[in-house]
Amino acid sequence: MATVDPALGEKQGEFVTRARVTNDFSINVATVNGSGSQSANSVLLKSIFGMGVPVSGKNLFPSNIAGQPTWFLIRASKNGYVARKRDSEILVAMNPETAKADVQSLPPGGVVIYEENLDKTLNLAQVRDDVFFYPVPFDKITATICPEVKLRKLVRNMVYVGVVAQLLTIDLDVVESGLHQQFSKKQKVFDMNFGAAKAGFDYAQENLTKRDPFFIERMNKTEGKIIIEGNAACGMGAVFAGVTVIAWYPITPSTSVVEAATGLLKKLRVTPEGKATFAVIQAEDELAAIGMVLGAGWAGARSMTATSGPGMSLMAEFCGLGYYAEIPGVIINVQRTGPSTGMPTRTQQADLLSAAFLSHGDTKHILLLPGSVKECFELTMAAFDLAERFQTPVFVLSDTDMGMNHWMSEPFDYPSKPLDRGKVLTAADIERLGGFARYRDVDGDAIGWRTLPGTKHPKASYFTRGSGHNDAAKYTEDPHEYQAVMDRLARKFDNARKLVPTPVVVKDGTSKIGFLAYGTTDCALAESFDQIKQRYGKDVDYMRLRAYPFAQSVHDFVASHERIYVVEQNRDAQLASLLKLDLPAAEVAKLRSILHYNGLPVDAESITEEFANQEGL
Amino acid sequence: MATAAPAPKVNYIGLPITEYRGGKSTLCAGCGHNAISERIVDALFEMGVDPERVMKMSGIGCSSKSPAYFLSRSHSFNGVHGRMPAIASGAILANHTMTTIGVSGDGDTASIGMGQFVHMMRRNLPMIYIIENNGVYGLTKGQFSATADLGSKLKTGVVNDLPAIDTCALAIQLGATFVGRSFSGDKKQLLSMLKAAIAHKGTVMLDVISPCVTFNDHEGSTKSYKFMQENDDPINEIGFVPSFEEIAVDYNSGEIFEVEMHDGSNLRLRKLHEGYDPTDKANAVRTLMEAQANGEILTGVFYINTTQPTFIDLLNVVDQPLGTLPESLTRPSKSAFDALMAELK
Repeated sequence: MATVDPALGEKQGEFVTRARVTNDFSINVATVNGSGSQSANSVLLKSIFGMGVPVSGKNLFPSNIAGQPTWFLIRASKNGYVARKRDSEILVAMNPETAKADVQSLPPGGVVIYEENLDKTLNLAQVRDDVFFYPVPFDKITATICPEVKLRKLVRNMVYVGVVAQLLTIDLDVVESGLHQQFSKKQKVFDMNFGAAKAGFDYAQENLTKRDPFFIERMNKTEGKIIIEGNAACGMGAVFAGVTVIAWYPITPSTSVVEAATGLLKKLRVTPEGKATFAVIQAEDELAAIGMVLGAGWAGARSMTATSGPGMSLMAEFCGLGYYAEIPGVIINVQRTGPSTGMPTRTQQADLLSAAFLSHGDTKHILLLPGSVKECFELTMAAFDLAERFQTPVFVLSDTDMGMNHWMSEPFDYPSKPLDRGKVLTAADIERLGGFARYRDVDGDAIGWRTLPGTKHPKASYFTRGSGHNDAAKYTEDPHEYQAVMDRLARKFDNARKLVPTPVVVKDGTSKIGFLAYGTTDCALAESFDQIKQRYGKDVDYMRLRAYPFAQSVHDFVASHERIYVVEQNRDAQLASLLKLDLPAAEVAKLRSILHYNGLPVDAESITEEFANQEGL
Repeated sequence: MATAAPAPKVNYIGLPITEYRGGKSTLCAGCGHNAISERIVDALFEMGVDPERVMKMSGIGCSSKSPAYFLSRSHSFNGVHGRMPAIASGAILANHTMTTIGVSGDGDTASIGMGQFVHMMRRNLPMIYIIENNGVYGLTKGQFSATADLGSKLKTGVVNDLPAIDTCALAIQLGATFVGRSFSGDKKQLLSMLKAAIAHKGTVMLDVISPCVTFNDHEGSTKSYKFMQENDDPINEIGFVPSFEEIAVDYNSGEIFEVEMHDGSNLRLRKLHEGYDPTDKANAVRTLMEAQANGEILTGVFYINTTQPTFIDLLNVVDQPLGTLPESLTRPSKSAFDALMAELK
């Protein structure tokens, strides 16, 4: 809740200011993409983090290299809310093209920091009279501190960092350490950028009179925390899962998964003799990428690819082969807005159904659903173990919001369990057994034993095929033999319910109303539940899903509630649909949907409003 | 008194040829593919390759079934249509110590698989890629493939009016380092070529004309036994001496192009076309294009390059197979992890 500062709670200029607002607002930095604003935004975010205030960043950018409008949202939240805030109170208007519309989007009492020239060209300060305008001569300041014309475009952005810091009362030394982190080891670059930030800070101190109510005050809620993007966390998970082969094709927004992994592999996975314990191959397309993943998985490697919607569609045929021929592989899908090319840089959770059943025929896949950057790390590691344990492709479904944005997190934990390499027979095993049948269920877990090429025994080999086969891997069109394999595959998939990451019961037993969700929807829900409690005095229960197939506890959760709201970021209620296929008929009628699918990360207000609407509150 | 059966003939690793055989072929009697399977068996036997050190890869089609008919003691992967190169590439990345033989067809390679084929050639991963080329789709009952020659005729009388893709010219241009063409009916040439292929380090691409007795062996076909017997024009005669045999010097060096292979084997190509140099890439492509324009069917080793690094060399990976590295080598330490966490604070 905002605190009241009597000094500010009075009439100023043409309108009454709001009460003092501390550590609870959102900054919208509107720039042009390709102008190098990423570093500036990152430093601003780290500066708020450095003040001990929980912070999150969301980059809303176009599918374009340079010259198109882009917005970066930085949310400070003393309550630790990290979802997108529907309205941003503070605007840094660096893009003349969108400046007017951006000013219009502010709530009353908002703040505009802008290039003073825009008063001449756009009459920007005349657009409305219920927000605070702070004109700043960015061009002039930049020209003074940066003689090199070529660099001015980049340095100019760091000037607004200084201005914003001063206006929000962020300490300059905190900005300085944020800059150190950003430009570690590059002293010259640091000097130039700190010069720019300080020039902005000094200008604001000398020329701007603080009239708005927004303040950053020191807290201690970020101590020990880390900041990382979901894609980097997935890449790190792969490296600590001992990935040995990565085959991929660049596609937004998943590219940085492999880039992050490759960076770490080069650093951590080279022997003292200078030899790599990994292979990263940029394939000619996603068809080849997944083919290589399966070829490598078949030959014993821990293999993976990272992709997004269109790439996953191309992988369909191979994923059916992986399922039927029982070959491990990990596919990280950073979901973006579809259908078709859709909006490549925008977020959605709309690949759930196509991932679950990817390929023709009766095909089902294990899906892991990370709900935080920490889980991006943990579930990517788990995916490798599950892929080898169940001898099947395993998907990790992240999304653009999770993957490409900065998230604050508890530090990750070093894996406590050894790798699970699954059921692989050695030459000695085969000698002892006198042979083996690749697809025979000898242990009652519906998982056969496999051998790897190169196993030194005359009876070690088998013939892998996507065509009909019996439990000895021989070609068959025999109805009984074919069906026996299909039935075992169904049992195997069912057994995965017990071994996939369990759902998280966030709240249970307080209400007849339950919520189900997964992934980034979680962060908006945490905030929405507080709103529902504050506005309507209602408590609701909540279970966060982390995997498909669903655990028995999901059925139990649904059974113990009267109404279940399934909240997800797609149009067609894909998670609800998947639940309907799994639940007993009597339970299906309990499901209701709250859907968000405009390409922006879901916000709490939208969920709260729709919930109230459906509940008739 | 019964006499003891004579000991079977064994190769230099002590295995009889029966250990190189596969299951019974289900292809048509007389299919060229069966003869190719037999030559693969002979070549691996004669080269003394351990069957457990071989991976057999294939796509979809009649040709791609054939790995079931040779080398039962080897692991085999029959994948999806046109995508054998990707599966093979992944398997080789996981275990580059294996001898990898890929069998594809003209449809599997030159149509649906063209995208993967060209990139496979370009990477020069160590494997032998064999196209069993009959110019026709067999399993779907006789449609033209993209390697069917211009003007060749289907049984139904349909004439092919599109130019053939020359996979050899393409492979040479793209970066394969051992490229040749043979005919399933030429036992001697095909066997020598396969043995040299086994000794080569890098991508070997062999286009083997392999008549389809059911759909493409009639008058008017350019992929029939009769047409090949009459028109096969070898560019060189292949002599191959494996590293474990002694080389007898009995030739006129002016007529022979001699290549020292990676494993110490010796490839001797007796020139049948005057001055043909199989290390001259541009000339090899030109020769093939001229032959195609003249309606000639050249066979032999068109191109060889023993110095080009393979993709495995470029990756600079450890000597052991990546697929079986222990956790101690693949999971970084706790201290490395803690350092990463500290950087993110």
